[in-house]
Formats: sequence, structure tokens, C-alpha cells
Amino acid sequence: MKIKHNVTKRGLYIYLEGELDECNGAIAKSKIDNLIEKNSTAPSVVFNMHGLTFMDSTGIGVLIGRYKKLKNMKIPTYIENPSFSVDKVFSVSGIYNLIPKL
Amino acid sequence: MSNKMKITFSAISENESFARTAVAGFIMFLNPTVEQITDVKTAVSEAVTNCVVHGYPDTMGEITLECEINEGVLHIKISDNGVGIENLNKVLEPFYSSKAMEEHAGMGFTIMRTFMDSFSVESALNVGTTVTMTKSLSIA
Repeated sequence: MKIKHNVTKRGLYIYLEGELDECNGAIAKSKIDNLIEKNSTAPSVVFNMHGLTFMDSTGIGVLIGRYKKLKNMKIPTYIENPSFSVDKVFSVSGIYNLIPKL
Repeated sequence: MSNKMKITFSAISENESFARTAVAGFIMFLNPTVEQITDVKTAVSEAVTNCVVHGYPDTMGEITLECEINEGVLHIKISDNGVGIENLNKVLEPFYSSKAMEEHAGMGFTIMRTFMDSFSVESALNVGTTVTMTKSLSIA
């Protein structure tokens, strides 16, 4: 999978692309954590899921872990543009109660 | 008409994508919807990940994936010969994970159950675990 990012006035946008599963979950976590640490003054963090073609429950663990980290940093976190199938996995977990969908 | 396949592969993370893609390819002749394909792929990914992460925590084992399509219904059996599950009721609870510290969501079995029509799991300590799932792929 690929992780791209963009920093705007509104915050740090993290673009997840490809497939996210247990095999690459650890790499995804460390790459995202690096981006968050480098942008610790961002007013918000938005996970853009547009390019994510497959995700299993690994994605829930990855996002909840980052949410906890960002909550400690007092940075609001959002999810944007999930595909139908990614949205279904997120919905089952109730993650949108913690990380609202834009 | 009945159609079957059976594959055995190494229980390594890299084979999570192989397994779900293999099942997606196997069901393709039925012209499933995109939603049916991703439901099946997600459930298979969860089951195989469980074998890799929990079935064989310290050893390198094998996973067997069997599929059968009968009258438009897909039957999937995914089994390992790993350590087994000590307390099945506990692991079936949503959000329970024996590896919560490693940021596992504890949602694997919940997703299999939600995305497939039927789901069951059998396990014996030091013998292994088998997950059985079905999903109707006929046009609704």
C-alpha cells in the first residue's frame, strides 16, 4: 500500500492507497505515526480513504490507535471518502463515533 | 452444479492477500456483485489473518482453504493445525482481542459473522481451528 500526505491550513491530510491488511498494517502505522509527529501542530488530521481498494479489520486497529495518539495531542481526527466496502467495515466497528466521517 | 477447490499454503502474512484473491477468482464464474466479492474477500482475509497471527504464534504452519459452490451457495472452510482457542466464547465477543496491546481491533469474527450468511468456528487446543462460512451468491 501507499501512503501520501498533504499539509494545508486546515490540517494534515493522509491518503491511504491500495490494500490494508495485517501484512502491511505495522508499516502503515509507523509511516502514519511519522507523519503525525512531523506535523504535531496541525489543527486536524484527515484520513482520506479514496484510494483504498481493500481493508479488513486491521484498518480499524490502525485508525483507533492513531485516534488515541491524536486525542492525547488534542488534534481532532476525521475520515473522508471511504469506498462502500471500507465504509462497511468501519460501520460494523462503530469507529465513526470516535472519528467522524466528513 | 457443484464446483470445488482446495489449496494449502504457508501461514505467513503475505498469503492473506493471496487467499482472498484466490476465493474471489474462484467465485467469479457466478457473476457476483462487487459487494458480494468484497464481503467474501474481507471475511476470508479475517479468517486467514487469525490463523497466521493466533493459530501459529511461534511456529511456521500451514493453512488449508476449501471452497465449494453448490446451487449458488458458496461454502468456505479455512483451517489451521495451530495452538487452538482456549475460550471460544471470549474470542467471539466483539472488541475482544488477545493482542489488544498490538492494536488489534478484536473485530475479525464479528466481521465474518456480519459479512457472511452463516459462520461457525470449531477449535481444539494444540489441534487447530476451523472456520466454516457460507454465502448465497445467487441473484437476490
